[in-house]
Amino acid sequence: MRKRMWISVALLLIVPGLILTVSCAKKAAESEPAAVEAEPAPAPEPEATQPEQPAEQEQPDQSAIEAEQLKAQQEERAREAARNLFINEDIYFAFDSAALSDVAQQVLRSKAEWLRQNPDVTVTIEGHCDERGTAEYNLALGERRAQSAKAFLVNLGIDPARLNTISYGEERPVDPRHNEEAWAKNRRVHFTID
Amino acid sequence: MKQNDRYGLELAGNNMKTRFWILISVLAAILAAGPGTRPALAQFDYIDISNPFLRKVPMAVPVFKSFSGSAREKVMAVKLARMLAGNLEFTSYFTILDRGSYLYDPDRSGITAPDINFGNWTVIGAEMLITGGLKLDGDLLELELRLFDTFKQKLIAGKRYRGPVKGRDGMIRRFCSEVIFALTGKRGFFDSRLAFVSNGTGHKEIYVCRFDGKDVRRMTTYKSITMLPDWSADGRHLAYVSYRNGRPQIFIHRLANGRVRSMTKPGIQITPAWRPGRAELAATLSLSGDQEIYLLTAAGKTIKRLTNSRGIDVDPTWSPDGKKVAFVSKRSGTPQIYIKDIATGRVARLTYHGRYNTQPSWSPNGDLIAYSSMEQGQINIYVSDIEGNNPVRLTSDQGDNEAPTWSPDGSLIAFSSTRRGKSRIFVMTRYGTDQRQLIVLDGEQSDPSWSPNTMQ
Repeated sequence: MRKRMWISVALLLIVPGLILTVSCAKKAAESEPAAVEAEPAPAPEPEATQPEQPAEQEQPDQSAIEAEQLKAQQEERAREAARNLFINEDIYFAFDSAALSDVAQQVLRSKAEWLRQNPDVTVTIEGHCDERGTAEYNLALGERRAQSAKAFLVNLGIDPARLNTISYGEERPVDPRHNEEAWAKNRRVHFTID
Repeated sequence: MKQNDRYGLELAGNNMKTRFWILISVLAAILAAGPGTRPALAQFDYIDISNPFLRKVPMAVPVFKSFSGSAREKVMAVKLARMLAGNLEFTSYFTILDRGSYLYDPDRSGITAPDINFGNWTVIGAEMLITGGLKLDGDLLELELRLFDTFKQKLIAGKRYRGPVKGRDGMIRRFCSEVIFALTGKRGFFDSRLAFVSNGTGHKEIYVCRFDGKDVRRMTTYKSITMLPDWSADGRHLAYVSYRNGRPQIFIHRLANGRVRSMTKPGIQITPAWRPGRAELAATLSLSGDQEIYLLTAAGKTIKRLTNSRGIDVDPTWSPDGKKVAFVSKRSGTPQIYIKDIATGRVARLTYHGRYNTQPSWSPNGDLIAYSSMEQGQINIYVSDIEGNNPVRLTSDQGDNEAPTWSPDGSLIAFSSTRRGKSRIFVMTRYGTDQRQLIVLDGEQSDPSWSPNTMQ
């Protein structure tokens, strides 16, 4: 699943990159993955394209076309950012609990909104636990966390057929350290796009 | 034992027949003693069953005698004596006395009672003595082994084995079982194995090793997450959970040919537990989003649902008679252990102390349940009787100690511990004594599961 995240992060860079120059985008994806993860919505420099427009093709309505292109690019970027947020914003839980906090419910409402705007997308809801507790029980607890998130989205009108769930128990921590800060990050539900 | 030869030996071939002959000789011993007495039990006072690990029995295992004196025989005589001593020491019943203290020369001394100077053994403190002699004839090994009480100057058990050299480890294991049977009335665990999980390859895979942690073999190469192995009662199948198809599913792995079958059920499939004596499993499924424990055939067909409560029901373990199942449920708000009687349907709560009791493991004798309990952020292993009275903590102040599993004779408990940083498999007696690391392997190990006594 982590691999999938990298793929989506890489795609995020490559797709707008292709509009600009291919080589530049690749380099960014390979060389600075950590920075990309920290800032989920990087904005490539759109201005870079403009000086490269061949001068001989200049026409009277050039500025209108450019404005249109710019608008399309901005919309595309906004879409990417929203999708990115959907993937990267996890919801968090208290120890040995699958109850949704106020914050978690707020995040889920925005996820429901995104799902409504992207009706063709199906997603997988992953339930995770911290390393405390035992592996067997945490597999069950992780599933309950995923189920809680799913039930909330279904109540908001999302078709349950679009929402798969899976539990990873304590098997896939995002933070491998053994302290409160890490545990709090690891008790989460994470969304991936199928 | 009247049919024994004059050396007090039963002849045992290295084949299936042996077990039959052992049975016959035991029966003969009981019959010979006549009704009203319990001769087989009379011997068991060598080891105090109520607290057998408090005082270890001092035992001497001198180098075996080589009958021909050939170099090859002498090498094997040393090797096999060491193996036998190691196996018996592993039980935690004995202290094997240092060979340097022995007043004994295997080349000159005899190995039968008339030729043994028992005073030479009692003077160094040995209460038990095992002598051995062997003869190698090409590929054929003949091995004689005897257990003596040095104070009573009496033979307790004697066996002669004959078979291919490659069966030597099996002969030693079999005699160890004889020794433990003669002293405790149980067959020990020398024909058992452990399955466990290790992530040394970068992925959690299932491994199997001998009871003593040796001869480690990897059973899966799924490059996924594979965990929670459980042995079938015949020792021929492992059930485990793997994400190899993307979600946690139960797989049945036939060890003889490596054939693997998965169950086709929606939702998660976790914590398989084979029912003793039957090709059935209890396991947690979430068919409709709520986790319940089901009784399943080995092919994954549902026989019946065993739990019915909203919330987590997970981690079943069977009573040895297959009539009851202990499991973990959050029905009272925190994970606690409950016992369900399959026939009556009655459920009783086992654990009341603490707020996190999981991983129940029913002892092979049926009288105890081991489990793990989290208190102040630390997980430790407890043992309680099946009424839930007198829970006793067996580990403390040494990292997390989890996933207890019983040796087939109920004398030892294997578990995972983080006391040295990384998670490792440890073993201890059922009283919590003699805690030691069992398996030395790269990566981290977890989820031990002890097999029945079924190794060939």
